[in-house]
Parts: sequence; C-alpha cells; structure tokens
Amino acid sequence: MTTPTSAGGPPVDAEAGAGVLLPGADSATSGAAVPIGARGSGQLADVWRRFRRNRLAMVGLAIVTVLILLAIIGPYVTPYNAFEQNLANTLKPPSAEHWFGTDVLGRDLFSGIIYGCRLAITVGLLTVAFSLLIGITLGAVAGFKGGAWDGVVARFIDVFLAFPPLVGAIVIVRAVGGGVTPVIVALVVLGWMTTARLTRGQVLALREAEYVEAARSIGAGNRRIVLRHILPNAIAPVLVYSFTSIGVVVVAMASLSYLGIGVPPDVPEWGRLISQATPFLRVPGMTYLWLAPALAIAITTLGFAFVADGMRDSLDPKLRGGN
Amino acid sequence: MAPTSPRPSRRRQAAQPTQSDHLLEVRDLRVHFDTAGGAVKAVDGVSWYVDSGETLAIVGESGSGKSVSAMTLLGLVPSPPATFPSGQVLLEGRSLLDMPESQQRKLRGSDLAMIFQDPLTALNPVFRVGDQIAEMIRAHQSVGKMAAKTRAVELLAEVGIPDPRLRATQYPHEFSGGMRQRAMIAMALANDPKVLIADEPTTALDVTVQAQIMALLEKLQAERDTAIVLITHDLGLVAAHADRIMVMYAGHVVEEGTNDEIFTAPRHAYTHGLLSSLTRMDHARPEKLEPIPGQPPNLARVPEGCPFHPRCRFATDACRADVPLLVAAAPGSSHRHACVHPDEVAIAHERPREPAPVVAAETPVEQRPPMLDVRDLVKHFPIRVGTFVKRTVGEVRAVDGVSLDIPAGSTLSLVGESGCGKSTAARAILRLHEPTSGTIELAGRDVTGLSLHDLRTARADMQIVFQDPYASLNPRMTVRQILTEKYELLGGELTDSTIPELLETVGLAAEYADRYPHEFSGGQRQRVGIARAIALNPKFVVLDEPVSALDVSIQAQVLNLLEELQQEFGLTYLFIAHDLSVVRHISDRVAVMYLGGIVEIADRDTLFEHPQHPYTQALISAVPIPDPAVERVRDRIVLTGDVPNPANPPSGCRFRTRCWKHLQLSDDEKRRCIEEPPALVPAAGSERHEVACHFAGEREVLRG
Repeated sequence: MTTPTSAGGPPVDAEAGAGVLLPGADSATSGAAVPIGARGSGQLADVWRRFRRNRLAMVGLAIVTVLILLAIIGPYVTPYNAFEQNLANTLKPPSAEHWFGTDVLGRDLFSGIIYGCRLAITVGLLTVAFSLLIGITLGAVAGFKGGAWDGVVARFIDVFLAFPPLVGAIVIVRAVGGGVTPVIVALVVLGWMTTARLTRGQVLALREAEYVEAARSIGAGNRRIVLRHILPNAIAPVLVYSFTSIGVVVVAMASLSYLGIGVPPDVPEWGRLISQATPFLRVPGMTYLWLAPALAIAITTLGFAFVADGMRDSLDPKLRGGN
Repeated sequence: MAPTSPRPSRRRQAAQPTQSDHLLEVRDLRVHFDTAGGAVKAVDGVSWYVDSGETLAIVGESGSGKSVSAMTLLGLVPSPPATFPSGQVLLEGRSLLDMPESQQRKLRGSDLAMIFQDPLTALNPVFRVGDQIAEMIRAHQSVGKMAAKTRAVELLAEVGIPDPRLRATQYPHEFSGGMRQRAMIAMALANDPKVLIADEPTTALDVTVQAQIMALLEKLQAERDTAIVLITHDLGLVAAHADRIMVMYAGHVVEEGTNDEIFTAPRHAYTHGLLSSLTRMDHARPEKLEPIPGQPPNLARVPEGCPFHPRCRFATDACRADVPLLVAAAPGSSHRHACVHPDEVAIAHERPREPAPVVAAETPVEQRPPMLDVRDLVKHFPIRVGTFVKRTVGEVRAVDGVSLDIPAGSTLSLVGESGCGKSTAARAILRLHEPTSGTIELAGRDVTGLSLHDLRTARADMQIVFQDPYASLNPRMTVRQILTEKYELLGGELTDSTIPELLETVGLAAEYADRYPHEFSGGQRQRVGIARAIALNPKFVVLDEPVSALDVSIQAQVLNLLEELQQEFGLTYLFIAHDLSVVRHISDRVAVMYLGGIVEIADRDTLFEHPQHPYTQALISAVPIPDPAVERVRDRIVLTGDVPNPANPPSGCRFRTRCWKHLQLSDDEKRRCIEEPPALVPAAGSERHEVACHFAGEREVLRG
C-alpha cells in the first residue's frame, strides 16, 4: 500500500492472491490437485471434520450433550425427588448425602439442579425452534419478495424490538397465565426478530446471486429457488446465531423466575433457586446455595456459545483447511 | 570483491555482495508460505532488475508468483505466514531488506511506489481523495498542509483529471473506475518515485479506459524517467508497453528477454504454449487455438524438475529430473530461458499454425433461417424513490431498441464497454429480465408472449453460460445435483449414464460428479456451467463472457470446447464479450453496442477489417495486439472520459460526447450529431454491414 492512511490488510491480487496469500485456501483458481477428503462422503461429514478440529467447540459439544442427556434422563437418576421438602433438614451444606447441600425447604439441591436442567433445555430449545420457524419464514418472504412485503415485515420487526424485553415478557406471561408455556410464548414473541433480520439480509443478498439466475434459466420456480438455492446458503449464520441465543433464553427464563414470574414457585428452576438464596447472599458458608444454580446457568450459556463458534467455521464449505 | 552490507544481515548467515549496476535489482528471492497443506513456494528463486526509464513486464497466470514477488519489495507480504528463505533487494545498490524497518518504510512510497488492480479498495473510502494524496506527500516530505494540498491538486491535473480542484475534495466513490485509477497513479507519483510497480493496473477497466491509463503511464515515464515494473497476465498489453519481459510459472522464472525476443523467438515451452493459445484480433483467418493442457500446479505441490513438465508436450526424462537453470539463448545474449528443449520449441514456433477447421456447411450461414430473431428490444429499469409509496422518477435505458437475428448454427457476438447494455440485452432475450417491449422469436416461436408456465418449458431451448464460474454454481450442491436439477425441472430422460456422458462431453471425468464446486478450478467449473447449459440439447445458448474470468491457457481450452459443441450439436450462440480478440476468433457476425443501442453490425471480417463507426474503430484500436512489431506501428485512438449515464443519455447521437470524429467536424455537421439520432443503415459496399453514424467512414485501426 502506498499510503499509510489506507493500510488495511494486504491487497491481494484477485488472481495470484487466491492461491497464495491465504493460508490453507488451496485456490480453486490455480488448484489443480485440490486435496480432497473422503470422496462423496457428503457435506455433513465435511462439516464434522472441520468442527472436530476446534477444541473449544468440542468442549462445548460435550457440555451440550451432557446437558441434553441430563434433561432426558435426569429425573430418573436424581438421588432424591427434587420437589420433596424436608423441613427437618434445611440449609445443610454439601455433604456425602447431599452433594450440593439442601435449600430453605430442605430439598436436595443437586436433584433440583438436574431437574432445572430439563426445564432450561426444554425451554431453550423450544423457544429457539419456534423463533427460527417464524424468523426464517418472515425473513425469507421479506428478503425474497421485497417491496411491500419487506416494508411490512420490517415495521413488524421494529415494533417488536421496541418492547423493553423484560417488561414485555412480564406482561405477556401475566396475560397468558402462569406456567412454562407462557414463558416460551413470551420468549418467542420477543425473540424471533433477530433471526428474521439475519435471514432477510442473507436472502436479499443471495437473491441476486448468479446461481439463482442460473436456476431460473433452467426453469426453477420461486418456491424451489428459495428452498433449494437460497435458504441452504443463507441459513448458516442464522443457525449460528440461534445456538448462541439458546444461552440467552436460559438466562432470560432464569431472570423471569428470579422475579417470580412464570414457573410455579415450588419448581426447582435455576433462577428460582438463586432467588431463594438471595437472603443468604452475605452469609458466610452459604455460598453453595446460589453458586450451584449460577454455575449451571453459566456453563449452559458457555456450552452453547462454544458450539455456535465452532459451527460458524465448520459450516463454511470454503474454509476447508489442510488435511 | 564487492563491499558487504553495512549491517549484519538479519535473514542470512553470510553477508552477500550488494553492488548492483541497476536501479532496482532483486536477487534469488524466495517467498514461502507455511500453510496447513504444506509449504507453498509462491516465489522460488527469482532474480530481476529494472533501470531508469525502462518498463519490465512480469508475465504469468494465476499463482505464478508474479504479484507476490513485487509485493515483497513493498513489505506487503505479511510474515507469518510468509517466510523469506533467501533473497536480496537492491535499490541503487542499497540492500532494502537489510535496512531497519523504519528506513524501509521511508523508501516505500517515495522511491518505490505501487499501483494496484482495484483502485476502489486501495483508496480509503472515508477520506477525500485530495487529502489522501496530501497525506502521502507529508508522510515522506516535510511540507506544510496547504502546500501538500496544492501539490495534490497539481498531481490530479497532471494525471488528466478534469476540474482537479473540485475533484480533490471528493471521496473515492464519486470517481469512476478510470478516474480512481488515475487518482491512484497521482498518489503513487506524489513523491516522485524512481520505480513504479503496476500490478494489473488496467485489468478491472474497459479497453478504452485501459488505453487512456497506459498512455498516461507512458507519458509520465517519458517525463520523469521512471522505471516501471508492469505485472500482468495480458500479453497484448505487454507487447504494446514493455521493453523487457520476464515470464513466470509456478514461482519460477522460465524465460526472460526483450519484447521482440519473447514474442518472435520464444525458447521455453511454456512461453510458446501461452502464445499459441492466444486469440489474435488481427489475423484474418482464425488459427486453431492450441491450448496448454491441464492447469497450473498447486504451489504446495510443485512437480519435481521443471515445474511445467506435466503440461509440456516436449517433456522428457531430463525435464523430470532437475529444475532447469536459466541459460542464455545464445552466447552472451540477455535472452535467457530455463527449458531443456529450446531447439524443439524454436522449431515448433516457426511452424505456421494450422488454420481452424472449416466445416463445409450445406447452406451458407447467411442463407439459413434465423434461429433467433429479435426486433426492437427495449429494457428500461425504472428509478423509484420513496419508502412506502414508490414514485418513478426516471428510467435507466439499459437496452433501447435492439434488433438482431442469428442464423441457426452460427455465432453472433455482442460487444461494448461495461454498462453498454449487452448483458441486459441477453438476459431480456432469455426473459430472465422481463423485456419492456419488443419481440423475440426463437425458431419461429414468439417467446415474448409466453405465459410463465410455457416459458419454463421453452427454457429447455434457450440456455445461458455465465461469466463467473465461481458465482454461477450453487456451492451447496454437487455437480450431479446441479445437472440433475435441470432434468427434474424440464423433464428430460435421466438414466444412470446421462450425467457421466454429459461430463465427458465437456471434458470432465465422470467421477467428478459427486464433487462440490469449490473442489474445481475455474476452468473446470466453467465446464460444469457449460454442461448445465447444453444438457437437454438446447437450440440457442447465450455465452455471457464465458472465458473472461479464466487464465489465458484455460481460455483456449474452453473456447475450443465451445466450438466443438457448436459443430457437434449445431448450437446457435449469442456471445457477449468485451475482449475483441476472442470475438474475432469465435464469431460469424459481430454487433457493437453503445449505451443501449447497436451502432454497427457486420460479418466478422468486415467489421474488423473495415469498421465504419468511430466507436468501433476506437474500440478495436484500444485493444493491444500480442505482437510488438504490429504494436509499434499501430495508431491508437484514445477516447476521453467514461460512458455517460444511461438514465440521461446525450441527445442525438449518443456517442458524440466521446467521439473523436465529432471533434473534427464543422459546426453545421456537429449540429446534426447533436440534434438527429443516427439510424442503423446499410453501409457503403455491403448489405450485411450496417452502421449508425452520420459521418461513417473507414479508418485503419487494426494494423499500422
């Protein structure tokens, strides 16, 4: 670069650079002998191969797997009934019988955390799944159709983003009624917008892609173009975002429960467990009471974030890396 | 013994002699990149020099290392991942790489300056152009702010930017491509460099603008005695502008010599191969292209011995054994080559090339019924403003009344600068863009009136091959899926042997069917694109710049394939191109477009040998011919300015604002150009030659 002010990355000659300056990118431009992994093994195998190379992502995947397993089999393997109160045995510090101690009502905290996990994972996955469904549909329609469709969806997104999320959630849960379902409804209603926006942007850009025009030139209709040509190429960043947002949903639900909204008071939900520990926050030796649920939330959030990070890199077919 | 460098080398064990008789000399430069796939030897033992007032051209295909070797001089190659196992750069005898970083930086941008291919990314978008140039001056000279700004305006004037005082206060996006490249040149010249490195300086520009920029560089070189290192893949440009040439292949120098030596008496098989695979605009009888087989090697796995041997038809065991060293072509000559078989190459190069095979057609092309008949095609894009309620405030007249017909089994080329509407016209013909008005008949059937449903089935007859083989294939589909989709949609018979046969037809191995597009090279991808187009035997295929994104040696392969397919299946082509050399090779008839309309149309040889329209003449004259003997005597018409905005075209003749002939007319004649739009009428001499100019007339532009 001849000027210090404009020194960005090294300017790469579109031709020579492709094969040369980017490490690992063995240039399709010049690449005669493109190193090729398992032939015909499909793209999932490729994605998995790239994912495996990211150590943090593998840690995240382990965490997520354990969490999901716990959510499924948890209630059958807990040492105690997570709901069973024992007023004679309250606020006991961790011991051999009660690994994480017992809470104000004498419930086994370890069993509570495991039960809470089922709740967190269920709400997290369902919320994100519904958000994806709504977000991708609206985003794809807005991006592909453009014009008035786009205008309407964009205003819709703006309106929903204008709600203060916490207040909005409280209002919705109160309006729908107590329990877990209203929480999911509230979190979906307040959470689909980013997915829609991301999808819309991707679709808008890919709509002009030359391979879309190529598909049209062989007679493909709109439906096929969107489903086969645009969405598969648009979806990667949306999925990555969704995975990160599972952690956000878990935190959001915990916040609501902390405030006493949604999940019934007797359910050992993580936010609820922290809430009941609040009076003992400054009591020496009582740290265990809030530390366990807090760590559970943190680990869950991090686990999904790590996986999302690994997905970001592995979903890009162009980043193949060396063998 | 030469004096050793003043500081102990940081890169090498032993200090090397640093004396040099040249302005800039590079010795034994190696640049390697450590990657997961192994060491990529981008530059592997390259030496060259350049003197004041001289132009050295470094020529090569993608991945030959031509850019990396020059970028290393300017410290633009990041390390890591790059390593520099050996090499010395001497600027006026001082060793650049042995200097402390701060001193190197001082020389870069003052004594050594660079012009890049893409001036949009090389200029900073958030600063005014004048301020960027002024900053460049102040980084290397102690001058005041005001003085630097004044100098910046002077520099802009010097590189031919009209109204420089105003232009200096504008941002890069307000400049056209050609103007940006001029601004880049002004910036490079800010500190009066001794050496100017121009890396593909005109690749992103139209030929007419390329001619402007190259003329400017030559003028500045003559005034300032600057040394220019021209890095390019374009052999025509080299023939027209270089004094000496260095040919690179896979990180090695394979041949170097004067312009004439390289073009008339190449001694390396690769140089010979490149020249034989070129299409030439000035050859009346098209010669058969002899492409170099295969592709350039992956730099992480450069073949043992001569890197070119796997693609070389002269290769013997000796070629596979050791890397050949550069040797003089004759004792004492500066023409050097690294080929084991220089004599065979010399003989092969002397031998006249085979003429292209002529198929004895039953009926001459012009008497065949038209496969495609387009009448008064118009495509206007409305310009709309407003968020909710859209108002149409004007229209971009991309295609404004185009009529043409293409006889079955022949090729019509549509040429013109970018923005002339040629691609839009092609897409409107295929109804990929809905035409605003006009009729399109394909094999006698009107496709303009077809309903969307009928249009879909009609698509089987009219297909398109796209320009960019990287963008036109869905990255998430395998080749098999891409090709199968067409059968699913258009209902052709698909058996187990269909896809393998199709791949074979376009020269790809059948086992490639399950690979994804990114696993192919550019040329191979283009073959997949062609396979998709010719599946189900279409009658008519639009070729939208099908080879312009490919390397020279690969271009010839694809062109030959397209010609073979045309003969085998009797295809009718509409070839969209800006590269007139390719057009001369492949077309039967050529139409020249300017700002949405056809200005001249004629049979191929008539158009190139006897062009009548001043624009056609300017276009042909701007294309450099890869033959220094021809280039020396050719007269180049340099058009001023850029293509006007098609939303607001000039009155009367649309070309008059840039027309060289218009300037020579009397006032009365000029008024006619301004007031009366010229119609496309038969030119003197031939019925099949039509031209839209009030003052059409011949001018020799092809040869001297």
